[in-house]
Amino acid sequence: MRIAIQLALRNLLGAGLRTWLNAIVLSFSFVAIIWMQGLMVGWDYQAKRDMQEWEIGKGQYWHALYDPYDALSLENSHAVLPNQLQLMADKHSAVPILITPATMYPNGRMLHVHLRGIPSDQTLLNIPTQVLDTVLTDALPIVIGSSMARSAGLKKGSRTMIQWRDSKGTFDAVEAEVVDLFVSNVPSIDAGQVWMELTKLQALTGLPHHATIVSLQDTEQLPNTLGDFVLKQQSDLTKEIDEMIQTKSAGQSVFYIVLLLLAMLAIFDTQILSIFRRQKEIGTYIALGYTRQQVVGLFTIEGAMYAVLAAFVALLYGIPFFIWQSKVGFTIPMETSDFGMAIAPVMYPVYSVGLIVSTTLIVFVTTTIVSYLPARRIAKMNPTDALRGKIQ
Amino acid sequence: MNNDIIINIQQLVKRFPIGKGEFTALKGITTSFRKGEFAGLIGPSGSGKTTLLNIIGSLDMPSEGEVTVLDVSVGSLTAKQAALLRKEKLGFIFQSYNLLQVHTVFENVEFPLLLLHYNASERKKMVMEALDWVGLTDKAQSKPSQLSGGECQRVAIARAMVKKPVLVLADEPTANLDATNSHTILRTMEKLNKELQTTFIFATHDEKVISYLHRKVFLDDGYIVKDEWVKND
Repeated sequence: MRIAIQLALRNLLGAGLRTWLNAIVLSFSFVAIIWMQGLMVGWDYQAKRDMQEWEIGKGQYWHALYDPYDALSLENSHAVLPNQLQLMADKHSAVPILITPATMYPNGRMLHVHLRGIPSDQTLLNIPTQVLDTVLTDALPIVIGSSMARSAGLKKGSRTMIQWRDSKGTFDAVEAEVVDLFVSNVPSIDAGQVWMELTKLQALTGLPHHATIVSLQDTEQLPNTLGDFVLKQQSDLTKEIDEMIQTKSAGQSVFYIVLLLLAMLAIFDTQILSIFRRQKEIGTYIALGYTRQQVVGLFTIEGAMYAVLAAFVALLYGIPFFIWQSKVGFTIPMETSDFGMAIAPVMYPVYSVGLIVSTTLIVFVTTTIVSYLPARRIAKMNPTDALRGKIQ
Repeated sequence: MNNDIIINIQQLVKRFPIGKGEFTALKGITTSFRKGEFAGLIGPSGSGKTTLLNIIGSLDMPSEGEVTVLDVSVGSLTAKQAALLRKEKLGFIFQSYNLLQVHTVFENVEFPLLLLHYNASERKKMVMEALDWVGLTDKAQSKPSQLSGGECQRVAIARAMVKKPVLVLADEPTANLDATNSHTILRTMEKLNKELQTTFIFATHDEKVISYLHRKVFLDDGYIVKDEWVKND
């Protein structure tokens, strides 16, 4: 094996430009796969971090009837906060949120929205709730996300009518003023969401001390249920992100399978060409004491070593590229609100040792298999014909 | 020369399939070669000389008959055993040199020693000695593409001789060389035959080669038609 590796390396380096062209093509696959996968991992990290900072904290209590995908459930999915949660909210280690369906009439249009009541003095989430209590206005102060503002044609200072039903089913309406806009990568707190002071919403709906969900600073030592509320761990709440990332990764994998196939095509082609062009050489190896199987092994190792050389080439330009990308990030060249999950306009790839090792292994194993397939022909060659260079 | 027989051939027949039929290249050859011979298989194209050389070199197998090389029956060898025989005991010289083009002269000559697992310092010493035999020590780092035909064949001789094999098989070694180069390499091989007692068997129809041979085995249409000793050291 050592001799075969030594010979394969000599043969490859001796072949000069042909070897390096293959190695460069294969190195593109290395870099592209690692970069794309790194982007996916980075997206996963960033989406979870944004969700934690903007929406869920370290976990949430949900009212047992609350179903974020069923707007009708909101009518009944609220309850008075249990004492323990109220105490936590008073200490700012929990943020109760009351959610009520409503209709908003910006610029003569009608929009179905969710009113979200949140304590204005909370510090757990990044939503700029302090302005709900500090801006002087004769209207109801509200805060909305930039995406919502864009789609509703609203801006800071805009006024709009909001209509809702209280706990008795009576319709009521009030004029609201947008006192601040926030920019967040988490669509679920932005699109169709109108934020206001919790106590005001509780008063408007006739639901004093009620909440639908409670975001938590910490979930350790908290019971699974507290009154009507059920604990949701962070991992449960971000499960959808993992699933979404997996789906997106599967889509992305098509790209790097194509890339890998192109590189493999080059290796396969080189191997086929080598076996035809190097028949005399194959015969010579056999005459000098190699068995045909050993020559098959030599050619397979030669092919597999393209992956090793490609890894070195990839190191040369890949490492600076990866470092640069992790600093400046990758600007998403499209409107990201359609993704249905947190995605920043600039994503920063995250590269792990596992990612690099697994990619290297995948490329190495694939290259070895692709190199072996054409090399098997050597086992069927007649050495005397090979020595004469007779095409077989 | 001593009388040790190193190659014994009895009633050797070699047939090749051609389409649905077959072609008989060797038709009952019986002969033997002793250690230290400088012999040639002589005949026109298609007479069977290369086929016989290939069977002696265990690159091909007999269809019938018995071929014993260095006390080993070629017909009964597995691919691995045949490879071992070639690796340890035989050297080959080819008409078109068959050098490894991407390797240097040194690496080409070193190749058989790599297969025999000599260490680096031994390999270096033996390669330089072999290159000295053929007068190419100054070309050690050249690539075959930078050498003349004569120099390439001298590299091939060095490669065949570097492990000091018992037997060297040379198939038309001068076919691609001019007269001057042919005589140079023939004198080199004759010298090595004398100094190292290596047995040389040529397959040739080149008059220049024939003039150097000590024994001439003439083949025609798969038969030995004449076996002639010219010199005896």
